[in-house]
Amino acid sequence: MIYGISYIALIFFVLFVGVVLGLSFYFARKTSSASSYYAAGGQIHWAVNGIAFAGDYLSAASFLGICGMIATAGYDGFLYSIGFLAGWIVALFLIAEPMKRLGKYTFTDALNSTFKSRAITLTAAISTLIVSIFYLIPQMVGAGDLVTPLLGLPHWVGVVLVGIVVIVIVASAGMTSTTYVQFIKGGLLLILSTILTVYILKNGLNLQPDHTGQPYHRFMSLSPTMSDTTVVSAGDWKVVSQQDVKGKDFVKLEKDGVARWFRLSQKDSAYTLAEALSISEGENGQTFYNGKPKAQAKFFQVGHMSKIIVDGKEVSKTGALGPFEYLSTIEKSEVVRFSEAKFTDNGKKVSVYYQAKTPGKDFMLPGLKYKIGKGASIWSRLDFISLMLALFLGTAALPHILIRYYTVKSQRDARKSTILAIAAIGAFYVLTLFMGLGAAVNGVMDVESSNMAAPLLAKAFGVVLFSIISAVAFATILGTVSGLIIASSGAIAHDLMDNYFKVNFNDDKKVRAGKMAAFGVGIFAIALGILFKGMNVSFLVGWAFSIAASANLPAILFLLFWKRTTAKGISWSIVTGIVSSLAIILTSPTMWDRYGLDASTAIHKLENPAIISFPLAILAVWLGSLASQDKNAAVQRTEA
Amino acid sequence: MLHKPAIESGIDNAAKRKARLGVWFFFIYLFFYGGFVAIGVLNYELLATQVTLGVNLAVFYGMGLILFAVLLGILYNFLCSRYEDEMNEGEAKS
Repeated sequence: MIYGISYIALIFFVLFVGVVLGLSFYFARKTSSASSYYAAGGQIHWAVNGIAFAGDYLSAASFLGICGMIATAGYDGFLYSIGFLAGWIVALFLIAEPMKRLGKYTFTDALNSTFKSRAITLTAAISTLIVSIFYLIPQMVGAGDLVTPLLGLPHWVGVVLVGIVVIVIVASAGMTSTTYVQFIKGGLLLILSTILTVYILKNGLNLQPDHTGQPYHRFMSLSPTMSDTTVVSAGDWKVVSQQDVKGKDFVKLEKDGVARWFRLSQKDSAYTLAEALSISEGENGQTFYNGKPKAQAKFFQVGHMSKIIVDGKEVSKTGALGPFEYLSTIEKSEVVRFSEAKFTDNGKKVSVYYQAKTPGKDFMLPGLKYKIGKGASIWSRLDFISLMLALFLGTAALPHILIRYYTVKSQRDARKSTILAIAAIGAFYVLTLFMGLGAAVNGVMDVESSNMAAPLLAKAFGVVLFSIISAVAFATILGTVSGLIIASSGAIAHDLMDNYFKVNFNDDKKVRAGKMAAFGVGIFAIALGILFKGMNVSFLVGWAFSIAASANLPAILFLLFWKRTTAKGISWSIVTGIVSSLAIILTSPTMWDRYGLDASTAIHKLENPAIISFPLAILAVWLGSLASQDKNAAVQRTEA
Repeated sequence: MLHKPAIESGIDNAAKRKARLGVWFFFIYLFFYGGFVAIGVLNYELLATQVTLGVNLAVFYGMGLILFAVLLGILYNFLCSRYEDEMNEGEAKS
């Protein structure tokens, strides 16, 4: 997409980053010992902690990714909302209280608390690192996407900017600052999402979603003259070429020296050419947007309805709607999504984004991304089950979420924090459905990245709302990234260097080692954020959840609930979970596409690994424990 | 210092009972969550059925799962706190 700089947004952005950094430096003065660096000294109020929990969890993936996926794939995006929240149930009912009683600073300490095992220390620290890094990737991708319309800067600048700010926050303060930052940000995110949803409902549905200062594009539709299935002429446009891409025909037409792409479709015996958007490679590597250089800004935002049905009649607009009316009207109507087709034309790469009319009843059901209906393949069905399994089991196994269990005084407070978090997160996830659908039909979507759906929707309703939401989203990313970097630096400095390699650090040196590790992880995260540009961040988070669920959860559950669990069983399980989930992800169709290969030639069709890696990790902890009964004393159940 | 928990817990006589309650509540939720996944995979067309307020079963069930999680959480907290009050009298509350 092509964006100019927004000065109001810039002012709010600078203000927010200033507040975040100011808070960090303020709390830095109060933070001196290693205990306060890692877990805020156990002095955070439960209500603050609960909203901070929500702030932690409502990361870029939730706000940017879910809304974006709902806007492009309908109900399939909402699956993430359902699964992300359900994951809290596992965290609360099975893990929260026993883990609090094991109370250590990191996930590794908790696993290691009943027996000292170097193998567990090593494997759990590596697991924490890998999960944190996989969770960091979407945050950094989101940061880059956010900065593009906010400041008119390239994607990589956003990634670098977030990386630097977070490294400064983590190196200067630590957990105390991030808890309060997450609290403020979590609260603001809820309030702003509610305001945005009210705007969406008040605005209703409109076939021509024009907004103040942002008129919607009028799409051209041409009736071509055909010879068999080939376009011969199309009004005053000159036919340049025609391409068949996996059964869909695209035609390149030219007028006034500008080449544009159209999608050819046939209904009954009539052919139509529908205007599409295109990004094409020109001579000397120059990129053309809709046939013109980027500087001429001929690209536009999309997403509209082609039919609105109210009480069985077609209307052009609805006026304000209630929440359920909004959902049911979309379900009865027809939404135009923009699908991507990639091909080469005369040796030059072309990406065409064409109109795909989708009945509302399909848009409001699972199946557009994860096909599970009639004709769905077994891989597709397994992928759906795998995703739901990973979302359900992944939350409790995320290292940066577990750390926050230790920042309140008692189990009762930890529980209250978690329930407040569930209520806040649940309310937010219900709103994501409206924000995602609102973005889909209000002409705000950026075809290059779905992640900006919610902020761009806010922009259509007013630049002030957009600038505040963007600033909060940016702070969201800052907070989440700093939490993850703390978890990673804890794994490196505390678990690996201090516990595993037995490097003798005094308290000061421990904190310094943590900060140096934070710097290293931060730089790595910046590089990955740039590499994964363009991917939906919720989808990426799904991978982090799969790895966490496979590597960490079987180990935690067996430790807490099976008396015969041994250290060997736990370390086997962690290794099996990491290796199997990583192997499946790295050979998935999506990664095949990232490697520049044809995704359809990937060695398997599974995008989400949990359905295989989670049972394997369970098998490993069970077999490993049975195989080592003689050598290891059985673990006492912590809650027995 | 790094090996100490942030705050030491006192003796909690209700721990076992709370853990059992947690496991029960987990399975209750799993039943409904698994039900949603099972309908999607085994009887997809059922999700398109109109339920109430003009929305289909998919939307109704999805929102229901979110609401149910919150309600179950509140009930869990209420019961756990009651167990702690009943069973930890005279002990340092954890």
